[in-house]
Amino acid sequence: MTNLIDILPLADSLPRLWYALPLVVVISLVYGATRHENLREIIVQSYRSMIWVVGFMAIIFAIIFIAGYGN
Amino acid sequence: MVEVVYPQEAGNPVRVDLRDPYWAALLAWLWPGAGHFYQRRYAKGFLFMICIVSTFIFGLGLGRGRVVYASFEPGDFRWQYICQLGVGGLALPAILQAVKTRDDGEPLFVLCQRYPEGSGAEKSFTQIPVDVVDSGMGLPAKTYKDGFMAPPAGPVYQNEMDVLGMWHFEMQHMFEMGTLFCVIAGLLNLLAIYDAFTGPAIITPEQKEKMEAKKKKTAASKDD
Repeated sequence: MTNLIDILPLADSLPRLWYALPLVVVISLVYGATRHENLREIIVQSYRSMIWVVGFMAIIFAIIFIAGYGN
Repeated sequence: MVEVVYPQEAGNPVRVDLRDPYWAALLAWLWPGAGHFYQRRYAKGFLFMICIVSTFIFGLGLGRGRVVYASFEPGDFRWQYICQLGVGGLALPAILQAVKTRDDGEPLFVLCQRYPEGSGAEKSFTQIPVDVVDSGMGLPAKTYKDGFMAPPAGPVYQNEMDVLGMWHFEMQHMFEMGTLFCVIAGLLNLLAIYDAFTGPAIITPEQKEKMEAKKKKTAASKDD
């Protein structure tokens, strides 16, 4: 059976992506808090920022993945 | 007393009492959220405090208390500490440790002791077992000590093993990850300080109108 790490050497580092989760949450919350005063608005803004950051990371991941696919 | 008022499209305007903004900014730097507590903006104060302090402590834990240190030596210019210093009081012990360990001084809060260089290929810079330290049997006359938030003891080399290299070897990616968490905590606190000093960057209806007009203008010029 083929191992995923044999096909994609970077897959070995994938569990480290979990470190990004608390950072994304914290950065979104703090950024949201500097844009609004009410908690409800802060949460909404944070949610939007979180989606934006994760989307941006996914795009960068896809670019790197495609760029390194043939190697 | 400084009060900022943000008009809203609907409902009452948002009023923020900044009290003394300079004092609030200083407090916000000293302890994340303290400036907001001083301004009686308790919810935001708690939010900033929990987010920033927990990120910093988590990072410090990942790096086993060694990722925040002040060293500006030629071989070890710790620029990350400048960013980490954004959290103020939490990062200040590193300055005390840097002063204490200058000229081969001993750090406060010793985390472990290491064999100095020249103790043998397998021994140099490695941690001395606790039982050896406790008994004193086989303990070298001079040891390198890792201190909490203290710079790496001994000389720092570019291409040879040293205490800093040993930290990276022992903690692997955790050292970089811990450094990153503490750097981000410091940078996030700059946002909190800004918020305590000037109030939130709420977009008023007037600013929104201007932005929309600018967007329309840009779109129209593209169509032409």
